[in-house]
Formats: sequence, C-alpha cells, structure tokens
Amino acid sequence: MNGFIEQFLNGLIPGSIYALIALGYTMVYGIAKMINFAHGDIIMVGAYILLLGLNAAGVPTWLAILLSIVGCGILGVVIEKVAYKPLRNAPSLAVLITAIGVSYFLQNLFLVIFSSQGKSVPKFIHVSDFTVGGVTVSGNMIVILVVTIIVMIALTYFINKTKLGSALRAVSEDKGAASLMGINANRMISMTFAIGSALAGVAGILWVSMYDKAYPTLGAIPGIKAFVAAVIGGIGSVPGAMIGGIALGIVESFTKAYISGELVDAFVFGLLIIVLIFKPTGILGRKRIEKV
Amino acid sequence: MKFKKVLSVAMIAAMTAVSFAGCGAKSSSDEFVIGGIGPTTGDAASYGTSVKNGAQIAVDEINKAGGVKIGDETKKLKLNFQDDANDAETAKNAFNKLMDDKMGALVGCVTSTPCIAVTSLSKDAKILQITPSGSQKECAQYDNCFRVCFTDPQQGDAMADYIVNKLGKKKVAVLYANSSSYSEGVKDAFDAKVKELGGTVVVEEAFAEKDVDYNTQLSKVKASDAEAIFVPAYYQEVSYIVKQASEKGITIPFFGSDGWDGIIDQVSDKKVVEGATFLSPFLSTDTDQKVQEFTKAYKAANGDANPDQFAADGYDTVYTIKAALEKAGSTDIDKLQEAMTQIKVEGVTGDMTFDKGGDATKSTKLIQIKDGKYTAITVK
Repeated sequence: MNGFIEQFLNGLIPGSIYALIALGYTMVYGIAKMINFAHGDIIMVGAYILLLGLNAAGVPTWLAILLSIVGCGILGVVIEKVAYKPLRNAPSLAVLITAIGVSYFLQNLFLVIFSSQGKSVPKFIHVSDFTVGGVTVSGNMIVILVVTIIVMIALTYFINKTKLGSALRAVSEDKGAASLMGINANRMISMTFAIGSALAGVAGILWVSMYDKAYPTLGAIPGIKAFVAAVIGGIGSVPGAMIGGIALGIVESFTKAYISGELVDAFVFGLLIIVLIFKPTGILGRKRIEKV
Repeated sequence: MKFKKVLSVAMIAAMTAVSFAGCGAKSSSDEFVIGGIGPTTGDAASYGTSVKNGAQIAVDEINKAGGVKIGDETKKLKLNFQDDANDAETAKNAFNKLMDDKMGALVGCVTSTPCIAVTSLSKDAKILQITPSGSQKECAQYDNCFRVCFTDPQQGDAMADYIVNKLGKKKVAVLYANSSSYSEGVKDAFDAKVKELGGTVVVEEAFAEKDVDYNTQLSKVKASDAEAIFVPAYYQEVSYIVKQASEKGITIPFFGSDGWDGIIDQVSDKKVVEGATFLSPFLSTDTDQKVQEFTKAYKAANGDANPDQFAADGYDTVYTIKAALEKAGSTDIDKLQEAMTQIKVEGVTGDMTFDKGGDATKSTKLIQIKDGKYTAITVK
C-alpha cells in the first residue's frame, strides 16, 4: 500500500507541473484560438532566469523567483506582439508555423548563449522532508503541491469572479461581440499571454527545483506532455487542463511502476487516443456548434 | 533573375575553392599520416575533442623524440582529425577524405555507431583502424580493427565481479537505459555475471535516455532489499538518478560504468554522489608518473583543461599505432595485424595487450568518489 501511495505521489508531482503548463496552452487557445507551441520553451527561459538570479551576488531567492515569473510574463507578451499579432487575421496554419518558429528561435538563442551543457540550479527550496506511515514525501514535493493548488485556486477565482475575468471569458466566447461591448480584445489577449507565460515561469521554477538542471531543450518534452494534457482535459477549458495534467502524470508513474518503463509514452498517447475517440472535445471540452 | 546569376557565380566559386582545397593537403613521404574521426561538433562533441587533443599530445611527443622507426626509415607523424558529428554517413565521408589525404592508420571512430560504419571501409582499404573508445562489440569486428577501451560486456563483468565477489553484496538493483545499446550491453553482461557468481538482481528497471524523472523506478528500488545499485549509463541521466535517490532517502551504494566519468561537475550538491564507485580507465590525479606527465602536457596545450578518459584513450591509441608500426617494421596491413597481437603497450589507461579479436586486455581501474573528489582504487 505504501508503495502505491508513493507511486501516486511520484506521478502527482510531475502531473501538477504539467497542469500548470497546460493552463497556459488552454488559456491561449481559449482566447486567441491558436496553439502556442513556443509555450514549452518559456519554461526553459524561466529556468534560466532563475539560474542567473540565484547565481548573481546579492539577489535574494524570492527576488530571483519573482524576476523569473515576471520575466516570463513579459516575454509572453512580447512574443504575442511581435510574432502573433501581425497574423491575427491570417490562416491558422500560418500562426501555427510561426509558433513553431518562435519555439526554435528561443531554443537556439539559449543554445548560443548558454551552450548545450546542462547547468545545475543551486538548491533553493529548503523544506524538510515529511514522513507519514512509512511514506517519505520530500519538502520539495510539498512545495510543488502547495504552489500548484494555490495557483489553481487563484486562477479559478480570477476567471470566474473578477471583472477582468469576465471580460476574458467574454472575449473567448465571441471576440467581435465583446469588442462591441467596449472590451479591448487586444489587451485581453496580451493579458492572457502574460498570465499563461507567467504560469509557465512558475512551472519552470518548480521543474528545476525538482530536476535540477537548466538546458536549452528543457521545455520541449514537458511542453508536449502538457499539450497532450490540455487536449485530454479539453483544450480551452481551465479545469480540464488541471485534470488532464494530473491524470497524465499519474498514468505515467503507474505505467512505469506496474507495467513497464518502456511503454510510458505508449500509454500516455494511448490515453489521448481513447479520450479523443469517446469525447472528441476532451474530458471537459465544450462542443462548439458551428452556425451557418 | 539577377539574384540567380549572382548565386550561380557564387556556387561556381565555392566549388572551385573546394576542389583546390583538396590539392593543398599533399603529404610528403617522410610523414606518416594518422587519420582521426570523431565528433567535434554536436551532442557528443566533448568526446571527439578530447580524443583529438589527447592524440595530438602523443603525436607531438613522438615527433619531438625523433619520430617512428618503420623498418629502415624514420618518419614523423601527422594527425589529420575529421569531424563526424556522431553520424555514420558523415564518418564514412570523413574516411574517404582521409584516404585522399594519404592516411596510413586510423584513430577512430570515437563513438560506436560511426565506428561500426567505418570498419567495413577500413577493411576494404586495408588500413589499421584502432578505436580509442568505441565500446560496442562490432567496433572491432574485422581483423584490421582493434580497440583500446573496454568493451561493454567487459565492463559489466568487471563491475559484477567487484560488487559480488570483492564487496560481498549479493543482492543488486539495476537501472539501465533500454534505448541505449551501451547501457544494455553492459547490463546484460552484468546480469549474467552476477548470477554466475551466486548473486541476485532483485530489481531491474528500465528508463529512456534523456528522462528526467526516475522517482518511480527508485521507489521500487527502495522497497526492495537490494544492497547495491548498479547504473550503467551516461552522466546526464546519472545526475538525475543520484539526486532523486538521495531525496528518497536511498542509502545503498551506487555503482556505475565508464559513462559516469565527469559526474561530479554535473550535480549541484556533491553529497549525492559521495561513495559511488565506477569503472574508468583513467584518472588525471592518479599518482602514476606516466599519467602525471600526460596530464601536465595536456593541461599546457589545452588551456589548463584536465584530460578525461577520452583524451587518455586517444593518447594511448597513437602510441599503440607507433608500437605496431615499429614491431611490424612495415606499413603492410598483414604485418601490422600480426604485430598488434604481439605488442604490449604501457599506456596512461593501463598496460595492455591485444587479442586477435581486436580487444584489449588490461587491468580494471575503479574510481570512487570520496569527499567530493575522484579517488582511484586498485582492484587486486
């Protein structure tokens, strides 16, 4: 039983990080109707900003973390303004390819600056381990769980209960009508990118706290996994992204533990296929009726 | 239209430049060209660069001492090292280029896959090929091919013998990369040898290369009654494994293969690798005089960088070629092949002899991490 709980936790941790990243995918899709493939690489940028902050003399840890989150948020807005905004009315394929281009640009930029060698991020979360009934939970894991839960509650509150949140939902519902009602759609889109990218920054920080190293392609795999999570949960749906991310992490861990370490990706993508067969819009996705 | 014209002129210019470049590299007859192939760009760049630098030190030393005496002639050595970016096709092209440049013997390739691809070319061209570090069995598959490093199975055997026989730890856990033929090759031999020596592999878990999360596998190791954990893998993966193991409170000792070399610089907290033992043919802080002299020369030539095992393998490979040339007294491939099985090379990676299959026989050297530093341990 302890083994089972431990494996559950082993899946819950990467799962919550996937969920944080998936939130960014899903929010951007919900409002801008595009898949931001550069999203995964923002995690990597967040990890590097944190690394630089922690290594710089005289910068306290909290400031390094804050800089990393804010830096990612700004980067998200800049990417949107420079790369996606000019294509607002272009075919979606053009936007998709631009997003892939931005992704490669970021990876290669960091490759040139920092080289492909992984750089160790110094330990910055100091919380002691925790043992309940023979199951050891590291302090790091507790921090990741707590941060994820807080972020999810805050985001849900923001979207459902605040004025800005309503505006955001209105734009995602119908951009034209929302503009007519006096909502600045462009500003809402920028804000979505800022929030989504800041969440990716948080994910990046948690990722390196757990897995230690920053390298230019760090964001690629978690980015793809989180994208799958967002689709499983129902792309466009915020609670769906959370469920999808955590489900994915746990499926991964249980496959590794009880079936085979070699079949992890087969099971993850198998889950995706099964969900898409029975619920093509994802677990919590809404059906969009095209009116002619 | 105009652009096309400019482009075509530029292409003609480029092509002419390339064809002339081929003519520049004529070697004079009092020179013996040692070709080298290995990755100096790409993911595996550090391996190829180290071999190249190590081989260059050997070539310089030999030339300074007068050169190589082949029969009645004395020739200077010249190293011509080509990049293969760890790619089989690029390696084959590099081989053909080296043949145009009158290569007499080949140091390479550095990595297994390109090395295997080149063996059939070197066999047809009747060139002595010695790989410094290609550990897969097929890297020495033809009579003209030899290797300086341990093979994967030799590593597995040696580690099993050390853990089960010398340390008396009979229950072992194994974590290996199932997508890497290196990792799997070492693991298969290790498993077989552990069984043969009366031990048991209590947990065996696979992972994919470039994974970052090993918590699941480590939880299983922790739940078992293993007394030691063996990880035949490269330091990239190992750095994650040792960190996560320490967070899980796993205290049984770690053992590894030669891919662990360089692990200390990969972890932010050196405590997580404390006490780990791995197999490596070379340690730059070894007190052996040859090793010290080589380390000094290497540091002087390479901006104070410490030589690693690849540099040492490259260095020893050049000396092996020299010994074979002098023993054979000729550059004829049949004589060289025969000479290879008769020579004994006292290298910085140990004293070695070669069998007809191409593999080196040499003593096992182990490195243990003590107080955050590599320490050599001698196995009797």
